[in-house]
Amino acid sequence: MFSNNGFIILLTLLIALMASITPMPLSFDAFRPDWVLIVLVYWCLALPSKVNIITAWVMGFILDVLLGSVLGVHACAMALSVYIIVVNFQKIRNFSVWQQALIIGVLSAQYHLVVFWLQRFLSDVVFLPNYLYPVVTTIVLWPWVFLLLRRVRRHFRIK
Amino acid sequence: MNPIFNQGTSPAHRLILVLCCSMALIFFDHKMSSFETVRGYLQSMVSPLQYMANAPKQIMNWASTNVVTRRQLMKENQDFRENELFFHEQAMELSIVRLENERLRSLLSSPVRNEIKKMFAEILSVDSDPYSHQVVINRGANDGVYEGQPVLDEKGIVGQILHVGSSSSRVILISDISHAIPVRIQRNGLRLIASGSGQIDRLIHNFVAHSADVKQGDLLVTSGLGGKYPEGYPVARVVLVRTDESREFATIYSEPVAQIDRLRYMLLLSKDQPNNESKKQAVNSTSLKKTTTTAGKS
Repeated sequence: MFSNNGFIILLTLLIALMASITPMPLSFDAFRPDWVLIVLVYWCLALPSKVNIITAWVMGFILDVLLGSVLGVHACAMALSVYIIVVNFQKIRNFSVWQQALIIGVLSAQYHLVVFWLQRFLSDVVFLPNYLYPVVTTIVLWPWVFLLLRRVRRHFRIK
Repeated sequence: MNPIFNQGTSPAHRLILVLCCSMALIFFDHKMSSFETVRGYLQSMVSPLQYMANAPKQIMNWASTNVVTRRQLMKENQDFRENELFFHEQAMELSIVRLENERLRSLLSSPVRNEIKKMFAEILSVDSDPYSHQVVINRGANDGVYEGQPVLDEKGIVGQILHVGSSSSRVILISDISHAIPVRIQRNGLRLIASGSGQIDRLIHNFVAHSADVKQGDLLVTSGLGGKYPEGYPVARVVLVRTDESREFATIYSEPVAQIDRLRYMLLLSKDQPNNESKKQAVNSTSLKKTTTTAGKS
């Protein structure tokens, strides 16, 4: 993972982790996009030999520690979402950015639902529609993150 | 070079492996809670990330406190002076009442209340996870924080310490769905349990009989039962009482008095005598909280 400027991948993932815990006003907080998922999906599409399900699981685990949820919940959901990308990366690569954005939206919704189901299984939380607000921001954010990370990848020649 | 035909384990096998790992983690963490000590270490390991994530907010705060006009500062200063005078007067009154109370208690040969040690803490981050209401503060085991320590802001009880790291720790808020706190109504001493609802502005009181004397606007204070929270600190105010006779119990909702969505500075109360290092940080002149304490006792 660290050959050919691979540490940049780790750096982007760390920045995504930080972005997902920076304090925000309560009204914007419900719309916080899934930074870690987006960045993981990009690297899985671009370099599936470097970033795989294990990476996703470890990132999800760190997210669990950062968010204080039951260990393994976000890890499990993240691994499931990234699995779909890893299996279909050659198809998804050929889609246009907006089609990709829609797929990321579905993945993000799946991610949130898996987290919700697991939480529901563990404690009696009730479903509120605003648990799915991040899906919208994630869809909007994907093209920009995609272009930015592609630039980063080409600039640092990460292979 | 990227191989066209991927070597190594197939994605499906990897998925099965990590799913098994997750299930084991969830089981051991939730059902057996065998990760309590490990979580402390993990918390300390990720605290640099938390401090870094908090940096933009710190810079903004710094900027906003530095870019104020002289007029604003003077006005603020004036307000603080007025408040200080006001609180000082209350503190004077209070010290007399406290002495009297202690004398009466010693006459009744009941134990005299000890002075509670306080520690000042600042919020580091708020969880974006909508399923749990937790915040991270900038004090940890190095400062003498321990698990289960009560946390409050200037208005009332906020929550208690959940996990302790070496330099940061995690506070579970009273509105979290897995949290409950024993309270009593200040007006008549009726005991209730306030459970979190998962919504920031609502606590639920289960199993209250229809005949119970609860009114809208009643202040709920900690009852001291259970030994976690000291007695008499304000917790919530009743916002809704619905006595629908077709239901078995009355429906009672209350709203926390602490500003849980606008937390910035908090106080940690410690029961035992802290060592001298943490004494430095102990806040001595918290006149406001003293007033609330006695208001609860009366």
